[in-house]
Amino acid sequence: MAGADLTALWISLRLAAITTALLLLLCTPLAWWLAGGRSRTRVLIDAVVSLPLVLPPTVLGFYLLILLGPVGPVGRVLGEIGLASPMFTFTGLVIGSMLYSLPFVVQPLRDAFEALGPRSLEVAATLRASPWNRFFTVAMPLAARGFLTAAVLSFAHTLGEFGVVLMIGGNIPGRTQTASIAIYNHAETLQYGAANRLSATLIVIAFALLLGVYTVTRQGRDGVRVWRWH
Amino acid sequence: MRHLLRSPAMWPCMLLLMLAAWSPAPRAAAAQLHIAVAANFLGTLEKLAPLFAHASGDTLLPSAGSTGQLYTQITQGAPFDVFLSADAARPQRLQSQGLTVAGSRFTYAIGTVVLWSPRAGAVAGRTLREGGYRFIGIANPANAPYGAAAQQVLTALGLWSRLNQDRKIVVGESITQTWQFAASGNDDMSFVALSQVIRPDGSISGSHWLPPQSMYRPIDQDAVILSSSPNRTAAQAFTHWLRTAPQAAAIIRAAGYRTDD
Repeated sequence: MAGADLTALWISLRLAAITTALLLLLCTPLAWWLAGGRSRTRVLIDAVVSLPLVLPPTVLGFYLLILLGPVGPVGRVLGEIGLASPMFTFTGLVIGSMLYSLPFVVQPLRDAFEALGPRSLEVAATLRASPWNRFFTVAMPLAARGFLTAAVLSFAHTLGEFGVVLMIGGNIPGRTQTASIAIYNHAETLQYGAANRLSATLIVIAFALLLGVYTVTRQGRDGVRVWRWH
Repeated sequence: MRHLLRSPAMWPCMLLLMLAAWSPAPRAAAAQLHIAVAANFLGTLEKLAPLFAHASGDTLLPSAGSTGQLYTQITQGAPFDVFLSADAARPQRLQSQGLTVAGSRFTYAIGTVVLWSPRAGAVAGRTLREGGYRFIGIANPANAPYGAAAQQVLTALGLWSRLNQDRKIVVGESITQTWQFAASGNDDMSFVALSQVIRPDGSISGSHWLPPQSMYRPIDQDAVILSSSPNRTAAQAFTHWLRTAPQAAAIIRAAGYRTDD
């Protein structure tokens, strides 16, 4: 495989890893709050969070470009406070990917937190565990599989992302050209051999990762098998 | 979470995540020109780049996309030095918006449209009129210059409205997709770019028909230097080379385009 392809692969992996890490960090409190009840605001935010699923990726990328570009409303404000527009940079890719993969992190986390039920947290409270303590020592370990699902979905979804990164990244080799865009370049120039090699590498990496994660989750909590039909 | 971290199967995954998150990307070379290039010319530009690097010492970094998408990105401040469009309209529009260097626009290649099938003997001059086929592929005339040319050819032959009525025309999103329709045998033949089907020795695979140039308006592919370019001198050196160097013209012609003489 050519050096440019390896660089593109590396950019994809970094993008997926950083996006996933940041999303887990930001979405945990959000999902926790969403799982706390069914108020009107929560339902509204829940729906807003799912919106990136509805928009076609290139359309999402287009609006980000219009909003955050140097001449866009948000980009201009950024420029006035001395910040360069994030479009066509790796930072821009991270921002776009976070938006694009947002529902894939929020929803599994919210479901996992909802499935906890109030009982274990109440028991912990009677044992004088502080709210933070309850969250980190009771809620998070019990929701571990939700975190794992969220991480896997976000990583895989970002790895295969195309429309958003092409639009807001600009296909710049060594900077914003991810593996999926390098595959597009090969396909556009009818170099199907190179396209196949890079696609196969991407698939093998993703498969190994998913296999590793699912092997672990199949073992279930405390070694108990979860899939009873086996 | 803890039992997951303890499981040995998780370690490689964690390691990969950490490595990916915290190591710097490989560094790129120093003096470089960012070229926004219409996807149909990417392969040719990749052949031109080493020659230009040899002649000037500057590196070309191609960013490929559809012409419309690249146009949008440029109007939103994309950091490109030169734009190699697949049409003349978009560079003109950028020029009228004051986004290009004055006097930098020129036609670097003129496209040729060809009716093509990967099967030998499937396409000849009379094939279109004779009928006996299910689908003809063309690129979307609304946004692809080769699609517009195909529509003009079919109109000149007096076949456009009838083929549409009979639902025999399948429309690809780009000229690449249109080529794929034919190459995969999903349509009987497609109007594609000569640059897609010409071999290095000048021959063409399968069978084809070259419509006379009089049947469609020339597919001028124009280049401009963007006024936001921080490398204007190097960009001018590149466009001058692209326009005048005999070796550049030879590669462009061998790739299935005509050039201004």
